[in-house]
Amino acid sequence: MVVRALHDEGVKYIYGYPGGALLHVYDALFRQEDVQHILVRHEQAATHMADAYARATGKAGVALVTSGPGATNAVTGIATAYMDSIPMVVITGQVMSHLIGEDAFQETDMMGISRPIVKHNFSVSRPEEIPTIIKKAFHIAQTGRPGPVVVDIPKDMTSPTERYEYEYPKSVKLRSYSPISRGHSGQIKKATDLLLAAKRPVLYTGGGVIMGNASDELIQLARMLNYPVTNTLMGLGGFPGTDRQFIGMLGMHGSYEANMAMHHSDLILAVGARFDDRVTNGLDKFCPTAKIIHIDIDPASISKTIKADIPIVGPAQAVLAEMIELVAASKKQPDAAALKTWWEQIDEWRTRHGGRYRTDDSDKMKPQQVIEMLSKVTNGDAYVCSDVGQHQMFAAQYYKFNKPNRWINSGGLGTMGFGLPAAMGVKMNFPDADVACVTGEGSIQMNIQELSTCKQYDLPVKIINLNNQSLGMVRQWQDMNYESRHSHSYMKSLPDFIKLAEAYGHVGMKVEKYSDLEAAMREAFAMKDRLVFMDIYVDPFEHVYPMQVPRGSMRDMWLTKTERT
Amino acid sequence: MRHIISVLLENEPGALSRVVGLFSQRNYNIESLTVAPTDDATLSRLTVTTVGDDRVIEQITKHLNKLIDVVKVVDLTEGEHIERELMMIKLKASGANRAEIKRTADIFRGQIIDVTPNTYTVQLIGASDKLDAFISALGTTSIMEVVRSGVSGIARGEKTLSL
Ligand SMILES: Cc1ncc(C[n+]2csc(CCOP(=O)(O)OP(=O)(O)O)c2C)c(N)n1
Ligand SMILES: [Mg+2]
Repeated sequence: MVVRALHDEGVKYIYGYPGGALLHVYDALFRQEDVQHILVRHEQAATHMADAYARATGKAGVALVTSGPGATNAVTGIATAYMDSIPMVVITGQVMSHLIGEDAFQETDMMGISRPIVKHNFSVSRPEEIPTIIKKAFHIAQTGRPGPVVVDIPKDMTSPTERYEYEYPKSVKLRSYSPISRGHSGQIKKATDLLLAAKRPVLYTGGGVIMGNASDELIQLARMLNYPVTNTLMGLGGFPGTDRQFIGMLGMHGSYEANMAMHHSDLILAVGARFDDRVTNGLDKFCPTAKIIHIDIDPASISKTIKADIPIVGPAQAVLAEMIELVAASKKQPDAAALKTWWEQIDEWRTRHGGRYRTDDSDKMKPQQVIEMLSKVTNGDAYVCSDVGQHQMFAAQYYKFNKPNRWINSGGLGTMGFGLPAAMGVKMNFPDADVACVTGEGSIQMNIQELSTCKQYDLPVKIINLNNQSLGMVRQWQDMNYESRHSHSYMKSLPDFIKLAEAYGHVGMKVEKYSDLEAAMREAFAMKDRLVFMDIYVDPFEHVYPMQVPRGSMRDMWLTKTERT
Repeated sequence: MRHIISVLLENEPGALSRVVGLFSQRNYNIESLTVAPTDDATLSRLTVTTVGDDRVIEQITKHLNKLIDVVKVVDLTEGEHIERELMMIKLKASGANRAEIKRTADIFRGQIIDVTPNTYTVQLIGASDKLDAFISALGTTSIMEVVRSGVSGIARGEKTLSL
């Protein structure tokens, strides 16, 4: 019934790892061909694969893990999806229902463990409930503010002694759950008036635009108004990275011009973004002159940290579409003179400090150069799946995303080990696309075993390992706040990644000189059917800048190791 | 400020733990909590009293509403309402003290619901501050045990919390 329900839900791939509690389900998988199961090498990778599929397509990915250690291994992946509001259905095996609570072999209370990191969870207590519960799980995961849903299934539920009529519901209704489908028109009208009256506006947009499929509307509205757009780490790709109106990412490692513009703005239109602490910096000093319009599908995100002057609860797409109509119909137009001055100011910021890093004369590579090369070689069209650390920030800053759903990273939880399985999940579903995993020598080792899965299922992703021979992000903080005491941020005894890649049956490439980079990268991407592990040696002393000064305002930033605003 | 929040909840296993988990996970405080099924067997009604500024209370109600098992939420303290709590209190009652306790209980309209030669158990129903006041009024009488139900509340007038 589990497998049939997944099939009826239209699921093509599920990612998982078998075990005692799931043997009946695995047997059912064996005896059909519609739902394809991908065997990972660690359950965490299964959840990240499912998660990345969801990030790339907007539809819930599915992971299948056994009870006990299988389920606990999946916890990091569930939490990762939860923090970034990613739709996912995780089916966990459970011990036989009569054994629950008896500390049975491979029993863990997955309902309890997962509760704070899921949108909802279900435990199956009667076999005939399975189709309805699975339908509900998808419904909850994919609607409203999306999120992961766990379905915990005791082993005996999948081998019923009686036969049941199977019926997969076409739709489900829950009396206690009705996701909102549009915003309040009065509020939208008020917001539009305020928007048109602004003199120093900024559009600040996040993951809600990506998952809410509202990128087209955002672009249209921004073009009509000619207002500057900044994206959060999760919102990159929501607005084209090469567009003149794009002023870069904002926040802790945001661009100089984006953070300056936010600080000096008189109106912020926030769309599907949550005023996260990595964006706002010191709350008491946040954007002192700005009025705030906040559009979000989750009422709990609005006025959580920063009070909204005009809150609008609703899906980004529908609300923006309504705003576009209002702007088009309005007699009032944006204040052209004010906007001209505003753009001059932004362009001045942009030329003063925008997108800058120092290269020295040597042939040693800067990590930023590698990302810029990646952007060039792939024309800004690749799926870039990142791990966590400095390399992630460089990728966010220097890869110019043309399209939404292509920048795939763990923003909220910051999970090292996310990158490779994420790239695999994307490649599986978009076999013709260029898929890069941008990683560091630290992060890649957290799920390196998946190179084996890549071999088995032929997943020719390109691994861009920015090898700085240290846990760079940790080291940067130690440099800045702990007088360069590099406590355990070294990676001595690194493996030979080239041999390692080869041992798994892939191609390894070592790049040490900038002059070799372009040719090597082009060669790697030209090998369409091979996984290439590019081990790229970059300057180990580089820091990510700008970096906001802790507890300061948005405009308080370190710009280089010695300069600050 | 103190708020009394009433919640209609699916009467399902795990539903209560989601509510309690929410409070601990997000560091909201719970002063008292009561829960029992309603006339509709598929629904439980839960009352929680909590303390927080407007921003915190707004977050609490929003997050409660987000829980899938939560059907409806109302902050009773936003309108006219009645709150009641039940207390049973076991007191050392001997000699002259016995009469004194009886008198105090009468003043508070409490009932003595159990008697032994040396103890009285008094039952008292009212708003929480009335129960507090009774305890203070007992003065030096030695209290052996106190059990309080936690607050239940209902809106005045025609307003109801129902489906
Ligand atoms: C699972 C996990 N453990 C620890 C951390 C803390 N952490 C954040 S970045 C980082 C260093 C990452 O090193 P590397 O992958 O080499 O990237 P780099 O910063 O050097 O580019 C660490 C340890 C984390 N984010 N995730
Ligand atoms: Mg590193």
